[in-house]
This record gives sequence, C-alpha cells and structure tokens, in this order.
Amino acid sequence: MNLLRWIGNHTIRFAEEAGRVMILFARTLGWIFRPPMQGREILKQMEEVGVRSFPVVIITAGFTGMVLALQSFTVFKRFNAESMVGTVVALSMIRELGPVLTGLMVSGRVGSAMAAELGTMRVTEQIDALYTLATNPIKYLIVPRFLAATIMLPILVIFADVIGILGGYLVSVQILGTNPTLYIRRTWDYLEFNDLYSGLLKAAFFGMIIATISCYQGFSTEGGAEGVGRATTKAVVISSLTILISNYFITAFLF
Amino acid sequence: MMDRNSPIKLRVVNLYKSFGEKHVLRGCDLEVQEGESMVVIGGSGSGKTVLIKCIIGLIQPDEGKIYVDGLEITSLNERKLNEVRKKFGMLFQGGALFDSLRIWENVGFGLRQHTQLSEEEIRRIASEKLRLLGLRDIEDLMPAELSGGMKKRVSLARAIAMEPEILLYDEPTTGIDPMMADAINGLIIQMREKLSVTSIAITHDMRSAYKIADRIAMLYQGKIIEVGTPEEIKNSPNPIVQQFIQGKSEGPIKLM
Repeated sequence: MNLLRWIGNHTIRFAEEAGRVMILFARTLGWIFRPPMQGREILKQMEEVGVRSFPVVIITAGFTGMVLALQSFTVFKRFNAESMVGTVVALSMIRELGPVLTGLMVSGRVGSAMAAELGTMRVTEQIDALYTLATNPIKYLIVPRFLAATIMLPILVIFADVIGILGGYLVSVQILGTNPTLYIRRTWDYLEFNDLYSGLLKAAFFGMIIATISCYQGFSTEGGAEGVGRATTKAVVISSLTILISNYFITAFLF
Repeated sequence: MMDRNSPIKLRVVNLYKSFGEKHVLRGCDLEVQEGESMVVIGGSGSGKTVLIKCIIGLIQPDEGKIYVDGLEITSLNERKLNEVRKKFGMLFQGGALFDSLRIWENVGFGLRQHTQLSEEEIRRIASEKLRLLGLRDIEDLMPAELSGGMKKRVSLARAIAMEPEILLYDEPTTGIDPMMADAINGLIIQMREKLSVTSIAITHDMRSAYKIADRIAMLYQGKIIEVGTPEEIKNSPNPIVQQFIQGKSEGPIKLM
C-alpha cells in the first residue's frame, strides 16, 4: 500500500505543478497584448537570449553536422548509399537535430538564467516591489522573456541548420572525399518547404516551453539562496525533458 | 499634520490570516487618520509584515475588511487594486531595488511605467527625489554598489517618486548602524512634513517608534492590544506592552 501511496502522492503533486504552469502560460498569453507595451524589455531579452546562446548553438550544430556526415557515410557505405550523405545531414538537421539540440542548449544557458534572475528577485522581495509600484510582474518580467524565446529560437535554429550543413560539407568533402557538387545537390534534392517550416515551428514551441517553465520555477522560488539554486536546476531539467517528450508529439502532429 | 478631526485614511477591520497551522492575524483592527504617522510595534513573528502586506494587497486575508479612503479593497479585482496601489509607496526591509536597473531607473520606475514623461524628465525628477534624501551623484550606479543605508534611502526615493498619499515602511531602521538609523528617522519625519503623507511603519526599534510616531499600536498574538500616543504607550498599565517596550525577556510574553 505504501507504494500506491507514493505513486498517488507524486501523481497529485505532478498534476498540481503542471496545472500551475499551464495557468501561468495562459496568463502570460493574456498579458501579451494588454498595454503598457514593454518594448524596451522585450528587446533587451531578445538580445540576452540571442547573444547568450549564439556561440553554444553554433559549436553544437557544427560538430553535430560533422559527426552526422561521418556516421552516415560510414554506415551507408554498407549498402552503397554513401552518396546520400548530403541529404541525410540536411534533413536530419532541419527536421530534428537543429530544433532539438538548439532547444536543449538554450534551455541550459537561457532557461537557467531566467530561473535564477526571477528566483533571486522573488527572494529579495523585488517582485513584491513591482506590485507596489502598480506593475504586474507577469507583464513586466515574463512576457518579454516569453516573446524573446519564442522569436529567437527559430532564428538560432536557422543558424544551426546552416552551420550543421556546413559542418557536414567540410567532413564529406575534405575528409571523406565526396564530390562537392554532389554534396550540395543532394542537400537540396529531397528537401521540402514543409521540412523547414515545421522545424522552425518546433523551435518556436521549444522557446515557449523553455520560457514558461523557467519563469515559473523562478517565480515560485522560496527559501533563499538554496531555493534559487533548486529552482535553476529544476528549470533546466524540466524544460529539457519537456522538450524531448513533446518533441515526439509535435513531430507526429506536424509530419 | 494630523489633528483629532482628520478623516480616516485607512481602516483595517477584524483581519484574519493563517498560513497552514500558523494563525498570524486573529481579528486585527486598526484605524489610521489622514496625515498621521502610525507605528505598529510587535515581536518577531507577530504578524507586522503580514499586516502591512495585506494593506497593500500583496497578501489576501482569510477574513476581514480593509478600507482605503472608504473603499473596501479585499474584494477588488487586479485592475482596480492596481489603481488603489498607486496611492501607496512602500519601503521594503532590504530595499528590494531592481538589480538590473541603474539607481535613477529604479527611482523613476513608476514614472516610466505610468506616465509619458521623457527619459530626461524622469532622470531629473529621480535626481530631485534623491537629493531630498541626501544622495547626490549616484544616479548611474547599480544597486549592488551601494551600502545598506544608501539602499534604504534610494528605496525611499523610489517610494515617494509618484507622490503617494500613504507610505508604508517595513522595518525602516533594521539592519543599519545607529547613526544612519537616526538619519532615516529624520527623513521619515521630513517626508511626513514636506509631503503631508499618511504613514504606517512597522518596527521593533522603540527609539525609532517614539521619535517618528503620532500614535503607536502594539500587535500581539494576532490582535492590536493597545493604541496610543508615545506618552500613553510609555505609561501603559498593560504588562505585555511594558515587557515589550522595555525589552525584557521575562514577563507575560513567553519567548522560549
């Protein structure tokens, strides 16, 4: 019976937390269009998300494209399909690895920062101070971060896709000796507009997930510095898991 | 200044608030006249901060009513409550300055959010308020670069920037050296005189309380047990009040 109690307890707590996150998500959406517009804050956050993540995303994408080329060449050789490497790299990056790996990297860099900033503000009464200055903290703090993540993630993914394909090109052509023209042609041969469009839509969703979960963790922090640390860890772990799980369902829906 | 016939600015009626098993406020009543400086005293954990947070709507009481200028605020929606909040300015215990903004942006925060003034105008008004509190040339610093006393003064400048009618002080002299504490007391009195605001301060610093208060109210076990002028409180026959104001660990209030 203790096992049942444990399962029941955790299920209830999970449902409560998930519910609170969904409520925050709905309230955030509600506040996007209500004035006053926090243009300055939105731009500041977009710069934070973009600038903080850019180097990490580029390095991740570059090496991913490179290893993709290496792996697919080696494996496809087994059934004489090594000319398809360009296609594999392009389609894998654009449909899947670009959005997902970028999402995971950004969740680590940006998600943790959002949770830490908002968590610190919570424990030092700065969020209470916002209320006393007749300013809604969701409007002032969360909406700019939400919009910044939703807009910047697809942009980062475009860069990731390009660098990934470039990485694949470098390995295929310089190391494996593939014909450059062939690689480039294969990149485009089987690519459909739907691949790109859906990949970027996934990226936007991941941005929403990262912002909502990280801001929720920051906002609901309690317990001083230790609480902020816990909130930061939870933000990264939960956003990453949510990205990976929802990735399956979003992909099934889109493709 | 306040006189016997000033209208009632703020009224708290029969307030109850619990956090799980902890019953913090148990039927708290308080009346504050316009222009008055009311100081609420009480031991740690007596509910002073909870009371002040209920007054400004940060915490929703379980039962009871709060009237600001005759308007009952506990049943208001967020939008209307926000309008009422514009009448208030609050000084938090740790200052609660926004770490990512410069000092002038902190002080001018309300102005930026709620007015159409230009950046230069806002900066000018912020400088003016800072000067009122004895601070100059710190407009471009970040909060992390200031000492505790300076942070409190900047926080006060931020609270008065929108020229509020009611000022709330959460332990204004706690955590700073005695000289700065006295300076803050002086500033609080100045605010009252120059800006004709109603002020409510919570503290356990009796010296500060005697200096700044028109009336003092003592919170004990979730209720206000006595209200009076500093003279009346000093001479109170209530042993609970006497134990607190004299700072004795022995008496009707059990500490350990």
